[in-house]
Amino acid sequence: MREGAHRGARLLLVDDNKVNRLLLARNLELQGLDVAAAANGRVALEMLRSEAFDLLLLDIEMPEMNGFQVLEQLAKDLQLRDLPVIVTSSLEGLDNVVRCIELGAEDYLQKPVNPVLLKARIGASLEKKRLRDQQKELVRRFATPEVAQDMQESGFALGGRRVEGSVMFADIRGFTSLAESQPPEETIELLNTWYTLMFDAISSHGGIVSQIAGDGLMALFGAPLPLPDHCGATVRAALEMLEMIELFNVEQAGAGKPQIRIGIGIASGDMVAGYTGTNERATYTCIGDTVNLASRLEAHTKVAGRQILIDGVTRAGLGGSIDVEALGPVSIRGKAQPVDVYAPKRNLTEPSPP
Amino acid sequence: MINRTIDVATFEELKATAGAEFVRELVDTFLVEAPAMLAELRDAFAAGDAERFRRSAHSLKSNGNTFGALTLGAMARELELGGLGPVQQARGAPLAALAREYQLVAQALTELARA
Repeated sequence: MREGAHRGARLLLVDDNKVNRLLLARNLELQGLDVAAAANGRVALEMLRSEAFDLLLLDIEMPEMNGFQVLEQLAKDLQLRDLPVIVTSSLEGLDNVVRCIELGAEDYLQKPVNPVLLKARIGASLEKKRLRDQQKELVRRFATPEVAQDMQESGFALGGRRVEGSVMFADIRGFTSLAESQPPEETIELLNTWYTLMFDAISSHGGIVSQIAGDGLMALFGAPLPLPDHCGATVRAALEMLEMIELFNVEQAGAGKPQIRIGIGIASGDMVAGYTGTNERATYTCIGDTVNLASRLEAHTKVAGRQILIDGVTRAGLGGSIDVEALGPVSIRGKAQPVDVYAPKRNLTEPSPP
Repeated sequence: MINRTIDVATFEELKATAGAEFVRELVDTFLVEAPAMLAELRDAFAAGDAERFRRSAHSLKSNGNTFGALTLGAMARELELGGLGPVQQARGAPLAALAREYQLVAQALTELARA
């Protein structure tokens, strides 16, 4: 099964020795892999930069550019750093193996290479690459190009940094009863429409959706890239989301389908942003008091009877560009002191005249 | 005779995994390439070029082991790891011995490949 999955995968084989090259190519072709060959590191890099490969099989001892130098070049190349590399060499000494692994090689096989071992290692490397590609595709689909780029550059490094930004939580009101009132297919379709509309509003204002769960989402403004007016951008995105939901509801009503209502909570300030999770499964997110507050404000929209609630820091960040209604201090779970809460006014979304 | 030069088990395994016809071609390639590697080794020795010397010996070791020419492989390995010094002390004798062993290997491989 696994063998079939990797059939047709494209490999580049680099070896200056003709006998080694022919034999390895033969072994790989017998496994159903598509093999191209290069006689030294320099030629190999040129080929890697002009054609797509799934795996590199690399010799170390080579004239012009040896395997160590190839590994160093690959690590520096954003496009090629994720290409799996299996080193095949008859170079002796554990230090050479260690050096290859440290330079980013996936595996090291002693020559003469045992074909069965080679097959197993190639299968494992291609499987890892497939998972990585899948992860990248997910990132591409669920994040902005900026986040995708940041993730590439940091190499999905876990760990965080402090950022200044705004967090938004948005949720469909009464979703559970809504889901019970219609067939499951329609519920999923409704969710997909809602996510499409929300993603669009968020990303058009410079935010990223960092998490989605059921009928809710969390969006970040100001991370991973700084956003000068993150407070304004977040509130404008929220107002646009409401407008979109209203348009959507007109359509729903016309089709005799249920309408939806949403609640949005926004808070701003210091956060720790980064990739959390394990090396196998990680997500870009923010944590901290600001995030908790945004989540609580979203929950509080039901109590306050408003669709959007923001905190004092966000309101100050608006600098009067959007009118807000002060709802007074509110006791929020997890906060010792009552928090000043504000509701942006919908009818004054236009920039104030000079 | 062949058994001392070529480890037949290794050679047969190579044939079984890569195919007899392919191994015949591979032997032909080796018989073309190896004299050039031996010449390179001699040149590097004469020029006192340690890096080239090590690399040529390394290639011969690698190919020798592939075909089961374990003695040739071991001799080349000694040159690869030992460097120029010991060969200079022995006034090039190990190179001559390596060339003689290669002649035996070439003959044995030719026979085995056609068998």
